[in-house]
Amino acid sequence: MIQRMFRVALAALAVSVVLGHGAALAASAEKGKAAFMKYGCWQCHGTQGQGSAITSQGKVLAPDPLPIEGFVAFVRSTNRGMPPYSEKILPNEDLADMHAYLASIPKTKDYKTIPLLNQ
Amino acid sequence: MARKDSGSKVDRRKFLTGVAVAGAATAASTAANATTAATAPARLPSALPPTAQTIAAETNVPQAEMNRIGGVAGSDFMVDVIKTLDIKYLPSNCASSFRAIHESLINYGGNTKPEFLTVTHEESAIAMAHGYFKIAGKPLLSLCHGTVGLQHAAMAMYNAWCDRVPVIMMGGNDLDAANRPPGVPTYHSAQDINALVRDFTKWDDTPVSLQHFAQSVVRAYKISMTPPYGPVMISLDAGLQQEPVKHRNGEKLSIPKYTPTSPPQGEMGAVREAAKMLASAERPVIVVDRAARGENGVRLLVQLAEALQARVVDRGARMNFPKTHHLSAGPAAVNNADVVLGLEVGDFWAVMNSYIDNGDHGIGVNETKIKPGTKLITISSVELNTKANYQDFQRFQPVDISMAADAEATLPSLIEAVKAAIPNDRKAAIEKRGEAAKRARGEARARILQEAAIAWDATPISTARLVMETWAQIKDQDWSLVAQSGNVSGWPSRLWPMEKHYHWLGQSGGYGLGYGMPAAIGAALANRDIGGRFSVNIQGDGDLMYTSGAMWTAAKHKIPLLTVMHNNRGYHQELMHVQRLSSFRNRVASLGNDMGPIGTSIMNPDIDYAKLAESMGWWAKGPIKDPAQLGPAIKEAVAVVKSGQPALVDVWTQPR
Ligand code: HEC
Repeated sequence: MIQRMFRVALAALAVSVVLGHGAALAASAEKGKAAFMKYGCWQCHGTQGQGSAITSQGKVLAPDPLPIEGFVAFVRSTNRGMPPYSEKILPNEDLADMHAYLASIPKTKDYKTIPLLNQ
Repeated sequence: MARKDSGSKVDRRKFLTGVAVAGAATAASTAANATTAATAPARLPSALPPTAQTIAAETNVPQAEMNRIGGVAGSDFMVDVIKTLDIKYLPSNCASSFRAIHESLINYGGNTKPEFLTVTHEESAIAMAHGYFKIAGKPLLSLCHGTVGLQHAAMAMYNAWCDRVPVIMMGGNDLDAANRPPGVPTYHSAQDINALVRDFTKWDDTPVSLQHFAQSVVRAYKISMTPPYGPVMISLDAGLQQEPVKHRNGEKLSIPKYTPTSPPQGEMGAVREAAKMLASAERPVIVVDRAARGENGVRLLVQLAEALQARVVDRGARMNFPKTHHLSAGPAAVNNADVVLGLEVGDFWAVMNSYIDNGDHGIGVNETKIKPGTKLITISSVELNTKANYQDFQRFQPVDISMAADAEATLPSLIEAVKAAIPNDRKAAIEKRGEAAKRARGEARARILQEAAIAWDATPISTARLVMETWAQIKDQDWSLVAQSGNVSGWPSRLWPMEKHYHWLGQSGGYGLGYGMPAAIGAALANRDIGGRFSVNIQGDGDLMYTSGAMWTAAKHKIPLLTVMHNNRGYHQELMHVQRLSSFRNRVASLGNDMGPIGTSIMNPDIDYAKLAESMGWWAKGPIKDPAQLGPAIKEAVAVVKSGQPALVDVWTQPR
């Protein structure tokens, strides 16, 4: 656990160096959607980052994704239920685009407004 | 055995004195009468006396009955034996090594009890029997070629073994090397066909005489139906089927009476000790998996849980405990327990521990979930029947009290012992525990519904949407979710009000693909016979491609079944595995032109499951990609199913 937190902190530091504010702004949701598919994130998280009780252990990526620093740090350093993606196989730019895609996903409706969830 | 006998001329005198039960089969109605007498086992003596027809036949055989084989076919007697066991269906793919008994079943036996169901693959036949049992509580018989057919059937038999389901398999075999036909039948013969499935059957035998056959079959039935249930295997010699009935040493053939074996109950000392532990626990949790064999088991579990106000985690190999009950809980309930009682749990280690498939070196991490000092009790009949080779017994979990006994049979005494062990001064605390469970459940329910709302309008269609669109169309029926292959993130058990044992039948057992469709059809057949209970199957695409031919059997035999596809166009579990390893090895997964790593997608070209189903006589629609079109399509399908036909809706879905 301590080792994990240390890694996350290290990665977060790296992110703030690599991703300046500008890089985040330039990110493209459209390219991010393609990257989310290409790098296989959709497999465990669903094409809209909705997740699954099983394959993402209930973690929901969108709507309301983690802030970019935490998001990148997690992807780079995770060593538990999710396999880590290094910069070698997943460039920072693509990761920033993915974050933009997840941030573009509209808010979930309140279940009380969906008749099928109130049967 | 002795094919050389099959050509012998009739010895009328021997023949007349040689058969006690089978008689000379004056007509199919003889068999029917014999069956009626034999289907009430409690009233039968240990060896059946000849029926009136048999006596008449013995003393006055019409000339017309004198056939080329020179007497009554051995396989006619085999049919008489089978008929005493009241087996309703015989799902099978025809094969020359059992042609003689096949002929006897349909012509002498009148094709009833059992009725031959034409099945296009032995794996489907056994999976049908598997699904059928989980509704009917009675096993089916299947026949196969003892070599090639049994190899096809082996996977489904392993599933039945792991899922503790009785199935009676008979394999034709031509044992007599000097007399068997050359060529194909010789390829289809083996010294010991049963060896192929011995590791995952409870018992097998190779009868060498008709009397031996009678004993073997009744014994096989009895063993398979004694908890823990399991598949059994009988080798059926081609010569023995074809040769005429003979008697040995003047003894007449007889059929042993079948008496069900009562299941083993936990030893009372251990039961009382367990009850004391549970009664004095602060946070007891009950974990169930294959604990309830039927409605009675569900009722008993509710009694035990309520007596203790203990939360119940249902691992889901059966519907054990009503999902709507305030004590129904998720797997995390064990984390805080001080006593855990496991009842027929397939993998008790996994209840107490987690395995994360992602260690620093790509090797999993094991973590204990429970608090140190948590007391563990198990009751499992599987401990009475563990075999060495296949590892279905899972990792070893040390426990404090262990009972090798049948859980359902032990529950009445455990409930009594628990009630007696609860001290008066603990009753208020136990009641309070129930109130807390009620509150926790209400909150959890709202959370789950909100989770289901995420990506509600997504394309491909979310699994929560798939499951709830289906629910909207079936909820007014007396419904039964007969199979769910692929993985829809557990939404049915989280969102549907499962209360009855038949609301959910569990998975395949061994997780071998090819179970979903045929098992659903077998269960749907049993539900049809019960009087129109509505069967629904959520069907994975990869699973269907193993045994899609089973669909034809459903159309042929008019078995109503709603199938809604969870078509995520891939072998999704494996797809994630290869992705996981790619990331771990710091490599980009090669996708080819597909969405998943090469070798894991089922796309380019996409399979049109609606056309596939239509080609085999089903009503079908799809693929549905727009969530708004899903409800209306399922509604149409439900109307078709209610008219007595199978129907399939293909749906492109999210991965999980
Ligand atoms: C093989 C399955 C798998 C794949 C592929 C995968 N993830 Fe995950 N992801 C998980 C699991 C499981 C978790 C929860 C892990 C945990 O809590 O430790 C998770 C968690 C996360 C989290 C943390 C969410 C939170 O709220 O804590 C982020 C961010 C994330 N994943 C992003 C991604 C991205 C981006 C990709 C693609 C580059 C990806 N994942 C690919 C399985 C996967």
